[in-house]
Amino acid sequence: MSTTAVTETAAVTLAGVSKVYGRGGTAVRALDQVTLATAPGEFTCLIGASGCGKSTLLSLAAGLDRPTSGDITVNGRVALMFQEPGLFPWLTAAGNVALALRARKVPRSERKARTRELLDAVQLGGFGAKRPHELSGGMRQRVALARALAQDADVLLMDEPFGALDAMTRDLLHDELDRVRERVGKRLTVLFVTHNVREAVRLGDRVVLLSSRPGRVIAEYPVPLARPRRIDSAPVAELASVITDRLREEVSRHGQ
Amino acid sequence: MASDTTLAGLDALDLGDGAPGGGARDRVARIAHVVWPKVAAVALAWVIWEIIHLTGWKHYVLPGPGVTLSNLWGQARTGLLWHAIGDTMERAVLGYALALVIGTVVGLLVARVPLLRTAVGSLITGLQTMPSAAWIPFAIILFGLNTSAILFIIVMAAAPAVANALIAGVDYTPPLLLKAGKVMGLRGLSLTGYLILPAALPTFVAGLKQAWAFTWHALLTAELLVLVAGQPSIGVLFQADQDQTDMASTIAVMIVILVLGVLVDAAFGVANKAIRKRWGLT
Repeated sequence: MSTTAVTETAAVTLAGVSKVYGRGGTAVRALDQVTLATAPGEFTCLIGASGCGKSTLLSLAAGLDRPTSGDITVNGRVALMFQEPGLFPWLTAAGNVALALRARKVPRSERKARTRELLDAVQLGGFGAKRPHELSGGMRQRVALARALAQDADVLLMDEPFGALDAMTRDLLHDELDRVRERVGKRLTVLFVTHNVREAVRLGDRVVLLSSRPGRVIAEYPVPLARPRRIDSAPVAELASVITDRLREEVSRHGQ
Repeated sequence: MASDTTLAGLDALDLGDGAPGGGARDRVARIAHVVWPKVAAVALAWVIWEIIHLTGWKHYVLPGPGVTLSNLWGQARTGLLWHAIGDTMERAVLGYALALVIGTVVGLLVARVPLLRTAVGSLITGLQTMPSAAWIPFAIILFGLNTSAILFIIVMAAAPAVANALIAGVDYTPPLLLKAGKVMGLRGLSLTGYLILPAALPTFVAGLKQAWAFTWHALLTAELLVLVAGQPSIGVLFQADQDQTDMASTIAVMIVILVLGVLVDAAFGVANKAIRKRWGLT
């Protein structure tokens, strides 16, 4: 996996990527010949039912696992966010962000100010001293976002990051994510996995639909809607219903 | 409506008002709430002991609580008891510290190096089940009748418990946290120092309490059999009391051991509670 070639135009490229878990008769093919390229700064949403290998795809892109075949190229640094915030419970919110800075060797003298900036960026400036368990689910997920940004990522991989939140918090975090992307001062590429179709349309520049067992790209939908968007607006709902129909068609294939 | 002010409003609602602070009066009430059951338990033990004494069972050798406690008071006023407690505690702390260092290093290596785990993982538990008394001939032949032999026996008893506690703590680290740390770029020593060890801490500290119990068992066993000249340890007191069939003194020393055990347990309780509070597990 190459992380150096800056001359290439794509931020993340998957070329014929397959991933098989296990061997022989019990082997499970999670991803099958997935080919996908995202432009720098593009927000791509991956959508699919259970078993479409969404999480596998992100693990591969994050370099946590290797594909069985095919090539993955990521230009720049990656950060990964999960459905659970995955914050370290023995550190404060600020400590969690600062540890990410330390891991990429930001000098001690800069860490404090930078941590403060990052927490401000997710509107948690006043909560740096709190421990994760003292924060609400939405706040924890924002700390996780600040921690991901602290990794100075060019590519942000998000695995259903708002899936465990209530609807109101989720809507607000959609706005927050848009705002943070404007504020980071560089083109942050996002690969966002979800099974909420409306969320995908609300956030993405493009929605990629994956089939299940094995995961394969079966359709792509550009989202030509102006920002700021609202999840409850008519154009979002309209495109979402088109995608949902296609998704249901794919899911019902497995019931036959 | 701007969504960032809505977000701030939601944060305020989510966090609530916080618990009201307790006054000095609450504090007294809380302490009393914890203390009275303990006092009651001691009183009950006293009453049962007194009743047994009054029945006259083994009354030539079994003294009542009154005689025993005045014996304890008498011993406490001489320097010998305190000297013995000092010597024994010094060995306990020294042996425990050694076991802590050795157990932590071994535990960490076994937890993180798969080959070592396969090789010696079950051996550690095997060592832990070996009675301390079984090490005594070995230790005396190796070191002679001295403090080194006693410390060796303690380390053989407590270090496996320390190692096992750390291995369990590492094994129970949530995979999600490991994943988060790896994506962040933590590797090798920094992964161990900033993630693995802190994540293992609650299980580790719970295990350290058990290791202390092993230390104490091993130490008292060793002191009864490895008598070091010129050092009046608790073991030496026991030996003298046994030689003189002095039951009152024997029970008095046992009470001292019990009290020391309770005090150390309380210290571990405080450490455990502090960690649980930090993690939000209370």
